Amino acid sequence: MPQTALFPENASTIAGQVDALFFFMIAVSAFFGLLIAALVVYLSVRYRRRGDANAVGAAVHGSLKLEIAWTAIPFLIAMVMFYWGASVYMTMARPPDDAHEIFVVGKQWMWKLQHLEGRREINELHIPVGQPIKLTMTSEDVIHSFFIPAFRIKSDVVPGRYSTLWFEPTKVGTYHLFCAEYCGTEHSLMIGKVVVMEPSEFQAWLSESPHHVTRGALSGSPREIGRELFTQKGCITCHKGASGIMGPSLTGVFGRERKLSDGRTVVADLAYLRESILAPQAKLLDGYQPVMPTFQGQIDEDGILALIEYIKSLREDDPDGEGSEG
Amino acid sequence: MSSSPTNVAHQFDDAVQQRAASTLGMWVFLVTEMMMFGGLFAAYVLYRSMYAEGFAEASNHLDAMVGAMNTLVLLGSSLTMALAVRSAQLGARAGTVAGLLATIVLGCVFLGVKAYEYGHKFEEHLVPGPFFIFAGSQAKPAELFFSLYFAMTGLHALHMVIGVAVLGTLTWMAARNRFSADYHTPVEIGGLYWHFVDIVWIYLFPLLYLLGRH
Amino acid sequence: MEANETPTHYLNADYGLKSWLLTRDHKRIAILYLISITLMFLLGSFFAVLIRLELLTPQGDLVQADTYNKLFTMHGIVMIFFFLVPSIPAVFGNFLLPLMIGARDLAFPRLNLLSWYVYVVGAAFTLWAVLTGGVDTGWTFYTPYSTTASHTKVLTTAIGIFITGFSSILTGLNFIVTIHKMRAPGLTWFRLPLFVWAHYATSLIMILGTPVIAITIFLVGIERAFQLGIFDPALGGDPILFQHLFWFYSHPAVYIMILPSMGVVSEVITCFSRKRIFGYEFVAISSLAIALFGFLVWGHHMFTSTQSVYAALIFSILSFAVAIPSAVKVFNWTATLYRGSISFEAPMLFALGFIGLFTIGGLTGLFLAALGLDVHVHDTYFVVAHFHYIMVGGALMGYLGAVHFWWPKMTGRMYSEWAARVSAVLVFVGFNLTFFPQFVLGYLGMPRRYHAYPDEFQVLNVMSTTGASILGIGYLVPLCYLTWSLWRGAAATANPWRAAGLEWQVPSPPPTENFEQTPIVTEEAYTYPLKEAEVV
Repeated sequence: MPQTALFPENASTIAGQVDALFFFMIAVSAFFGLLIAALVVYLSVRYRRRGDANAVGAAVHGSLKLEIAWTAIPFLIAMVMFYWGASVYMTMARPPDDAHEIFVVGKQWMWKLQHLEGRREINELHIPVGQPIKLTMTSEDVIHSFFIPAFRIKSDVVPGRYSTLWFEPTKVGTYHLFCAEYCGTEHSLMIGKVVVMEPSEFQAWLSESPHHVTRGALSGSPREIGRELFTQKGCITCHKGASGIMGPSLTGVFGRERKLSDGRTVVADLAYLRESILAPQAKLLDGYQPVMPTFQGQIDEDGILALIEYIKSLREDDPDGEGSEG
Repeated sequence: MSSSPTNVAHQFDDAVQQRAASTLGMWVFLVTEMMMFGGLFAAYVLYRSMYAEGFAEASNHLDAMVGAMNTLVLLGSSLTMALAVRSAQLGARAGTVAGLLATIVLGCVFLGVKAYEYGHKFEEHLVPGPFFIFAGSQAKPAELFFSLYFAMTGLHALHMVIGVAVLGTLTWMAARNRFSADYHTPVEIGGLYWHFVDIVWIYLFPLLYLLGRH
Repeated sequence: MEANETPTHYLNADYGLKSWLLTRDHKRIAILYLISITLMFLLGSFFAVLIRLELLTPQGDLVQADTYNKLFTMHGIVMIFFFLVPSIPAVFGNFLLPLMIGARDLAFPRLNLLSWYVYVVGAAFTLWAVLTGGVDTGWTFYTPYSTTASHTKVLTTAIGIFITGFSSILTGLNFIVTIHKMRAPGLTWFRLPLFVWAHYATSLIMILGTPVIAITIFLVGIERAFQLGIFDPALGGDPILFQHLFWFYSHPAVYIMILPSMGVVSEVITCFSRKRIFGYEFVAISSLAIALFGFLVWGHHMFTSTQSVYAALIFSILSFAVAIPSAVKVFNWTATLYRGSISFEAPMLFALGFIGLFTIGGLTGLFLAALGLDVHVHDTYFVVAHFHYIMVGGALMGYLGAVHFWWPKMTGRMYSEWAARVSAVLVFVGFNLTFFPQFVLGYLGMPRRYHAYPDEFQVLNVMSTTGASILGIGYLVPLCYLTWSLWRGAAATANPWRAAGLEWQVPSPPPTENFEQTPIVTEEAYTYPLKEAEVV
């Protein structure tokens, strides 16, 4: 990294778009800033008081035409900026379907990153160049914010919620990873690096390490851990196979619309599944009794993500989620 | 103008200006109060929509009868307050004092009942915090409900306490014959405040005690 | 004119500490505020000095991380709640509103004194928190950090801010009633000085916004004290709700700080151009527009907070809209110079400096309103630079302009003009050198509130600290020559700048009752040339 930088590296597909907007806004700002400065200097010199200490200015009251002009023109320019900014934002908000998902859990004061293939990292993120990446993030304690300046992207990481962030790295290299939301004593040490690699190197990196995730006795990919937890925590008793009296089947449930006991419907997304594990009665499924115990405090955020990953893998043609990884 | 000049503060030109300023001042203050309670109501509305069932279940643990009785007590106190203001406008000292005293008594009854309710919640372990116990699956939303319950009714009760103190001062002033048909602005703006505190309760009661009850 | 050698005025009408502590004279209360907020400014600056020294080196070696976190938190709290919010309204608004509208005092003098005591009690709680270990949540008090994770004096500070809020509410209430009910005969709304309009708009925000921050801080306090769970995600509470409530006040609070400064600039520019302001109605109404729109844009502090995309779009477009009335003001001030008779005494230099710095602050605000761009610069030094351009470059420049403009009126003394001009230049240069590099740092990606930072950011940080030391001198110099002027300054005439406006028609310093006779207003504001009688 350069010893003194003046402009950040541009290393993702969105970075160029953000920079273009930035330069446009600098140009507009410079124009108006210099216009005002030039006018103030010119008028001050031109109409400075000379000699006569009793001189007064002209009785100019104003000009409706000018008022309309300097209300309307800045407004129109502002709307262009709004539109441009909003369109870049919409691109940032919609991850492409083929994005490669990675789980992120923030806690005071580290980033825990979990590849679905199994490899787990702390404060380091290895990713392949040219591949859209989608991060699914949550926090175990306070609010953090995941920020990679070279990619021009950032999102808060909020306890009790999932946030997503996506980007497509365009340049091999090592970049800063910062926590941007103040989170306590070692906020400024909650930093790390993002290593963008050639895809082949990345594949080698993914499989090189014997240290798959280890969570106590559990190890493997999130899906494998999820399956273990599913048995360990007893979920399997009520939710295995076809729907029973006690609990609904979870096969193919992810992303599907569910009817609730109070008549509303919800989509079984990440947030819904998480809530159903921690506060099962908050959105009770139609036709079931509120008998499921809460798992609040018994399972951490990594565990919940692993469980959800396992539930996602349960499909009609693969009722046990045995399918091959990736 | 028959008002004695001692009642007009030096910064005002006359009693009319003084009265208009005082009344406007109280209304501005009530707008401020509305915004303050508004923050709590916003939080309530958000959580009610997130946890409809939990809030409904928790509100069953409030005694609607006691709440209704307290509502009547407060409405009665608004009536006695209005009578006090009317008497003050007519320059009837005895009526003013009697109305104010009745309002104070009713206000204290309300606070007493509220204290009884709080005590009861304590015994039932419904005060949020480490000793909170709520049977069933809705414990978390219920704790949230009771957090809001205590914050909202607590802030309201604080306003009642201040109101009773203000009325006490007004009673003392009225008894000392400080008001007349020409000068009674303090009673009027005290009345405005008291009615405002009543109205807040008129919203709190159905939101906390009645909505979703079964 | 009386022939007495020393006419009676509000300063010598009575002596002794008691005559000050129990005063109901708006002018004396203004002086009480002036002294208190100056002390708080010095405290806040002390924290700023330590912050800038720490950031000279990347390693974080001057103070511990915890200490650094407390420093920036207390810098923010002291400067915002105890200096900037009360600064111009509580000192100059208090002193000048009755004079400008031809009244003997504010509508509620006792309430006015109470507001100062409330401020002092709030400040005492906050100082107590500082002395007993400080607080480290950032001035924003984001939950759940402030409610569950921080081990510092959050509760004491929250109480202090809660109490101080009422001081602001009482001031706003007093101003609104005074402006509505106490204007001199003939002083219609559209003859009011723009300083009064600005304070009217400011007061609206104070009474509408401050109670919301009060209740929010109250909830944070009781959540800590009694372990309630209103914002606690473990109970299903929503920490983002806190941010909504917080910014509902704290964004408009920015306008509480900047609007009064805009009022000052309107007064100063007209005075030193000796002409009517260009587009009076537009400058007046734009203050109200800012106050109104200011309440609709709070969500632009939360573009990366996981709020919905649609909410973000609405808040973004409204944020662009709120920039327009500010732009209108800048254009009108500039146009006011046209065909003026301009002189460059110190207050004018501060006002022109304000226009320059506020323009940069306002334009960079557009960068933050633009959604796709804000994602990158949010919570970086870009934001730090932007709001310092508004609050220090804008609000504080305006405050210094006001100090220099009305000092002769308040104290009856003239200060050293050349020293004041030097100070204006030092502040302008020092400010830009301090904060302009931070825009670059922010776009590079340096996050705010970082105790230690990567090496490649050091050069810009050293520039910033260098600028800060120039800025610091720029602030210390006025403290010296203004204090000096109290004893050695030449006596000021009633109207040393030959300005229009009722406050210049009474002696300097004004008598306790302000006006011997209630003035009758027959002209619009800023009517030059002055009638003979007004040129004292």
